[in-house]
Order: sequence, then C-alpha cells, then structure tokens
Amino acid sequence: MNQAVRKLSEDLWNGRDELEVLTFEIAGETFALEAFIVQEILDLLPETSVPGAKAFVGSVINFRGKVIPLADIRLAFGMEATRPTIDSRIIVIEIEIDDEPVLAGIRTDKVHEVTTLQRSASEPPPSVGMRWRPDFIDCLVKRGSEFIILPNLQVIFSAQHDRSATAA
Amino acid sequence: MSFPDPIAVFRTEAAELLEQIEAGLLDLNVNLGDKDQVDAVFRGLHTLKGSGAMFGFEALAAFTHHCETAFDRVRKGEVPATHALVTAVLGARDHMRALVETPMGDHEAMSETLLDNLRRAVDGADSGDAAAPAAGPARILYKIRFSLPQNAMANGTNPLPLLDELRDLGTCRIVADRSKIPSLDVLAPTDLHIAWDVELLTDQPRSAIDDVFIFVMDDMELVVEEVAAPVEPEAPVTTIKAPAAAPEPTISSSLPAPAAVASPATNAPADAKAAKAAENVRVPAERLDELMDRVGELVIAQSRLSQLAGGSGDLQLRAVSEDVERLSGELRDTMMVLRMVPVTQLFGRFRRLVHDLANETGKRIELVTEGETTEVDKSVIERLADPMVHLVRNSCDHGLETAEERRVAGKPEAGRIHLSARQQAGEVIITIKDDGRGINKDRVRAKAESSGLIQPNASLTDQELYQLIFQPGFSTAQAVTNLSGRGVGMDVVKRTIDALRGTINVVSRPGEGSEISLAIPLTLAIIDGLLVRVGNARYVIPLSAVEECLELSVEEDMRSRGRSFISLRDSLVPFLRLRDLFRTGTKPDPFQKVVVISTGSERVGLVVDQIIGDHQTVIKGMSKLHHDVGMFSGATILGDGGVALILDVGHLVAEGQQQEAHLRAAG
Amino acid sequence: MSATILTVDDSASIRLTTRVALTNAGYQVTEAVDGLDGLAKLNAGQFDLIVTDLNMPNMDGLTMIRELRKLPAHMGVPVIFLTTESDAELKAEAKAAGATGWLTKPFDPESLVKIARKVLGK
Repeated sequence: MNQAVRKLSEDLWNGRDELEVLTFEIAGETFALEAFIVQEILDLLPETSVPGAKAFVGSVINFRGKVIPLADIRLAFGMEATRPTIDSRIIVIEIEIDDEPVLAGIRTDKVHEVTTLQRSASEPPPSVGMRWRPDFIDCLVKRGSEFIILPNLQVIFSAQHDRSATAA
Repeated sequence: MSFPDPIAVFRTEAAELLEQIEAGLLDLNVNLGDKDQVDAVFRGLHTLKGSGAMFGFEALAAFTHHCETAFDRVRKGEVPATHALVTAVLGARDHMRALVETPMGDHEAMSETLLDNLRRAVDGADSGDAAAPAAGPARILYKIRFSLPQNAMANGTNPLPLLDELRDLGTCRIVADRSKIPSLDVLAPTDLHIAWDVELLTDQPRSAIDDVFIFVMDDMELVVEEVAAPVEPEAPVTTIKAPAAAPEPTISSSLPAPAAVASPATNAPADAKAAKAAENVRVPAERLDELMDRVGELVIAQSRLSQLAGGSGDLQLRAVSEDVERLSGELRDTMMVLRMVPVTQLFGRFRRLVHDLANETGKRIELVTEGETTEVDKSVIERLADPMVHLVRNSCDHGLETAEERRVAGKPEAGRIHLSARQQAGEVIITIKDDGRGINKDRVRAKAESSGLIQPNASLTDQELYQLIFQPGFSTAQAVTNLSGRGVGMDVVKRTIDALRGTINVVSRPGEGSEISLAIPLTLAIIDGLLVRVGNARYVIPLSAVEECLELSVEEDMRSRGRSFISLRDSLVPFLRLRDLFRTGTKPDPFQKVVVISTGSERVGLVVDQIIGDHQTVIKGMSKLHHDVGMFSGATILGDGGVALILDVGHLVAEGQQQEAHLRAAG
Repeated sequence: MSATILTVDDSASIRLTTRVALTNAGYQVTEAVDGLDGLAKLNAGQFDLIVTDLNMPNMDGLTMIRELRKLPAHMGVPVIFLTTESDAELKAEAKAAGATGWLTKPFDPESLVKIARKVLGK
C-alpha cells in the first residue's frame, strides 16, 4: 500500500522539485491543485440539480454556454457541508478521464493564491491514522504549521465514475 | 491560428476526388459514350496523382498515373470506354483509397494485379471488342494575330517558346510582321515590336490557344478567328500544305490581315474559374460547433439584455435591445443552415453498393434515387449511413428475387431499389423501397414465436408485426449470405434511428415489395421542446413525443394515490409523479398537470407542477460524469442563463411500463 | 547544359516540393528564403528563371521583383510568382513590378514544371 502511494506521489512531481499550484480552502482544510489544470475561477452560479446522479456530482452549472458538472470534494473526504459565503468560489478544471478531457467545477469555500510548493517539503499521506482514503490524496506538503492536501482528482473522479457505472 | 496539417487536408481532398471519380465511372457505365464523364474521371485522376505526389504519396501517384494514362487515351479517342475498363478502374479506385489511407502499407502485389486488369481492359478495348471507338474530335483552322506588350521581353516573356507551344497544338504556319520595328537609331534592344500572324489547324479547343498566352493575355493584342467550319480529319493536311509551299513563308508583311476582326480575346474563362473557386470555403466541423456554442451564449446574453431593457424606461436602450434580439435570432437561424448538407453524398455511395451487390448476387438491380438535394444536419447524415447500408443490403439480398423468379412472377427482370428523401414538418423522411417479394408475415410471426418475442397467436397489427424484425436477435434470412447476416442485425438499425430521435415505418405487400421509411429530425443540435417546472427546477420534454397536456383533477389526484393510473378516453395510462421521481422535496402546486408522452404505441403520463410553454432547445450533451443518469438525454441553457435538463422519453416510458407491470403484479 | 532556377520562399516545405519537382525535371535549383536572400543569390550568380513567393518576411516578393528588374544583369529573366489568390489586381500589380507569370497555390509539382517549360522553352 505504502509503495503504491509513494508511486502516485512520484508521478505527481514527475521529477520536478517545484510545483505551481492554486491553493484553496474547503471546510477549514487547505487544498492545492496544479495550476495548469485550472481553467477559470468563478463566483457561485445558479446550480441545477441532476436527479439520479451521485451526490458527489449532484448538479450542473452553465459555464460559458457549456453545461458542466459541479463536484463537491467534501463528499469524497466525508467533510461537513458549509454554507456559501461571499468568499465561496467555483474552480473550473479540466482533467482526463479515460483519455478524454472532462470539464468540471469544484465548489470551494475560499480561493487563496497561486504559489509554488517544494518537493522537499512533501510527504506521502500516512497509511494509518487518517480519516480519508489514502489513494484520494497524492501527497501532503508542509507549509508553516499547516499541511496542504494535494487531492488525486483522477482517482476521486474515476472512483465516483466507476461506482456510478456499476450502479447503472 | 495554426495552419492545418497539409496531409490531413490532402486526405480530405482525396476522399472527395475518389467519390467524384466513382460517381463519374458509374455514370459512364450507364452511358459509355458520355464524354463529359470521361473528362471528369480523367480530371479527378489527374488531380489525385498531382497532389498525391506533392504530399509524398508516391505509391498513390505512381499507381494513379496508369489509370490516368488509360483515361487520357479514352479522352483522346484512342481507345473506347468499355464496361471492362470501368470495372477495372472502379477496382483501382478502391485501391487508391487504401493507398491514401495507409500509404506505408504493403500494396505492391495488389497494385500489380489491378494494373494487369487495367492493361487487359485497355488492350481488349484496343482490339475493338466492345463499344465502337469514338470518332476523334474534328480539326478547326484558326487564324491568329497577336502582338506582345513592348516590355514583354524585359519582363521575362520570351516569344519563341510561345510560338513553339502554338506549334505543339497542331499544324502551324507562322509569319512575323516586322512592319512596326523602328529604325535602328531609336530601337531599344529589349523592346518588342514584332507581331505574328499564325494559321493553326488543330483538334484542340479554342481555350488551348488562350492558355498559350495566359500570362500576357491582359496586356497583349490577340485576335483569334475560326476560319473554316470543322473539316474532315484527313482533308486539311493538303489545304495547309498548299499555302505553306507558297514563296517566302517565313517573313512576309504581305500576308493578308484577317478579313474581319473578331472581338478581342479576353480573360473571361480565367475570371469565371476564379469566381467559382470562391464559392466554397472548407471549414472543419468543430469550428462550426464552436461557433454554435458562441451563438448559444449570445442568445443567452441577449435575453439578459432584453430583461434589463424591458425593466428600464430608456426607449433607446429598448430599441437597441430589440435590434440585438432580432440579429441574434437571425444569426442562430443562419447557423443552423450552415450545418445542413444535401443527402447527395449519402445517396452517392449506394450506387456503388448496389453495383457490387448486383455482381455478388447475380441479380439485376437498378437503383433509382430521388430528392438528393434535400438537406439534413451534417451529423445526422454521418450517422444515417450505416443503417441505410444495412437496409439497402437487406432489400437487395432478401427483398429482390432472382431474374428467373421475377420472370415467372411476370415482373421486369431487373429489380428496382428506390431511395428517396424529402422534408416534412421538421423531419427528413428517407425511404428505401424495393419491388421484390415483400415481407413474409407468416415467417416473421413464426420466427418471433419460436424466439419467444411474442406469445403464440398474439394479436398484432401488421405494423407491430413488421417492427419485430428490428428486435435484437431476429433474422428471417434462411441462409446467411455473404451480404447480410454479418452479425449486424436490424436491431442495430433501430438503435441508431432511436438515437437520432427518429422513427421507422414499414409497409409491405406480398409480391409487390416493401418500403421502409425513416423519419429523422432535421437537426441534432436543436429541438422543439415543452418547458415544464417540477419543484424548483425546469425540464424540457421533446415536443415530438408529447401527445397531450391535461390537468390532474383534485379527485383524480386523490383517487390515484397508490394507483398511478389515469383514465384517458377509456384507457388507463400509467403516470409518473416527477416530483417523487426527482425527489424534489417540495410541496406540489395546487393544480398538477399531466403531460402525456409516447413512443410508438406506449404511453405514459408525466405529472409536473407547471407547464411553462414551447421552447426552442439547443441541445448540450451531458458530461461523461453523468453518463449513468438514464432519465436525461441532455441539457440546455435557458434564456436567463439557467440550465434545464432534457427528459429521455424512451427511458421514462420504459420506467412507466415497469411501474405498471409492478402494480399489476401486486394486484 | 541544364537551365538554372532560383526559388525564393520562406516555407521550407514549399521550397522542398519545388526543388524536388524541378530537379526531377532536369533543372538546377538554388534556394533563397526571402526577398533579401533572393537578391543576394542573384548578385552572386546568373539564373534562367526565378520562382518566388510574394508574402515573405524581410523583403516581400513584389519588392524583390522591382529591385531585380533594376539590375541590368537580370533584365529579361523570367519571374514566376506563387500566389494563393487568383486576384486580378494582384496579378496586374505583380506584372507592373516586372513579373512574367504566376502559379496559383496549392499547385501540383507537375504544373510548376509545365510552367518552367512554358517560359524557358524546351
């Protein structure tokens, strides 16, 4: 298990010592996504719920004339729902699922900044003592007193995707 | 903006050329004397060879060269067009496609075989075993007088090659007119003062003469006069020789000028060609899709503007807003038209298919097409091709009888496949009709019973019975032939047509033939929808599926709880409360509405809170992350920027039927 | 002795295409990458035909043609220009600059060879 996790984390850094990321906050935790997958940061938009869809991608939004799913990462990490505030934002990302580019929005409580993370400060997620599925996390990067979580979106989305596919 | 990949551009161009070549060959096969088609095929082959070589498709260029040469000989009347030649080149044409698609493949053996066929066909034709050779074109005597601009030589035009080119066109007598040459003291050596008089006897068209002067045409003086009416090929040689034998033929200023000066040559043909080239612009389909998205956004932005303008007292703002509304509406209409293409291309490929099927089955088959100019959305055309191939194969293979059987039945020996297309109320109707034996209803019934599709002695209308042939696993073919029964059943046809939101209708008369009609919406990108509200969300129901809308009376609402049937003109229709199905968690509106939808014979009512009205719906696909959600076939963006999901009618009807079965079972 | 041709084009693939076609047809080919380079090559040698693109960086084809017509050594050298438009005005302008003829892009190599033969004679 540890081996596999370590490998994932190496894939993320891919030989690089630094990573340019966008950091944001969900339910009091700080997350980061590689900056290049981020398409746009939007104010909250009217959501249309999709009856029958998994709660993780339970609604869609109108993103510049395209209808894209809005994902709620909190559900993947079993976090409490938070009320929208004036700081709430949607981050639109493009990731590959089964070799196809897929656009999706991610609901966040606050978007912080684009910053550079050092590989030397990163560590793989602990295999024990964590409340989240370790394969949902690429790695943790220590900054100051806090840890920044780099979620593995491919695994998170594919897991939801697979589960829903078998359910169908 | 990036440049397109030249290889991809060439491939697209090659595919079109190959289609033109095929169409030309098939036309030629019907009328071997059709000189226009000979020219068309030759031109196609010539262009294919030329651009093939330019883009590194060496094998293609070399192979095509032989076919081009063969057709060049036909064109020049050296060998006649024969059925054998057409068949050989048709085969070669398929090979060319392989050479375009996999230029690195191992094609040599195939090339050799096909070229042998071609040689045999040409040699056979040479010995005159088929159609009579076409008479060579008649020769015409032209009198030409021309002078070049004074600075022509300084600008690189050398008159001597021009004279050589004229000589190449036929038998020529050239006389230089030096009368305009000034005296030596004022003569600039690079200036040109000579005019030429030429008598040319040629079988080439008039345009060949213009081609000689193409670069200097605009600035020169050129008079071309047709002297003699077409003369017999043998006779003119003596006529031309007589004047040539006259004294001093080379330089003479006494040669009589043309009696009547014909209107000066112009470059009109070149202009016409340029104008024609400008008529069409090739655009990748994705760019059209992008444009469609932008237009969709514009429509939404415009409706926000309308709302703002409507709420303000500013009359000028309202006027501008109305203009924008009109313009964006027109833009959307234009956009839809841009995606429409005629079905010509789709029908074109069946000529070849029927030709091949006739050869394979040994049947005589005629293909008649009608309504080729009918226009359909490009993506619809692409997806129609496979099902239609299957239906045409089926008609040729099972529908049409052999010549022998037809003779016995008192029918013409050649069977007929009739393809037609026409538009009707937002749909295109494509019909595949044959005059064969018709569908054997008894056999269909027996087969359906034995495979458990229907109960023995179930009472079915003819239409219901015919629809059974589109069920998975159904096939009436007693012997699986090479043509049909390739593992692709009629159920695939049905599934494809369903996916296009189309319907299939079958008519058949024993001994007279069958007719299968496909009714397909004109476009996949836009539908007429009925906008409804359920809870706080809005949904679109495709209008084509809506049978009627009615109010659910309070009594019926109460009475139906737990039963979920309403009576509609003496029949019970199951209904689904969308509020429950979608788990809205909202209170029902006091007056619930029922929208009755149907697919074919099956009906189901959908209970909604409010019917908002008709809505022109631009369809957006659902995300990959929502592909498991069966209740919706897509989404659309509303005027206020909100999103409405589009109900998947087939899925909901199935759901309703299931619920009905469940309730019946529960008693 | 085979005729010599100077091809002037900023597109390497077009230069390659024309070189292959003309070399196969028995001509000797020298290449230049733009108008300035073309004039430099003309200063260094004598050519029987010049084939030039019009749209090029540094010096465009029309300017190069005007300049070379001022050079006594190259008076009367045929110049064929390549153009994507069959625009009568452009042709007239190029002719006024001193061009001999044109070839519309995209062209097949065969038609380039035909034009070379047409202009140079056999």
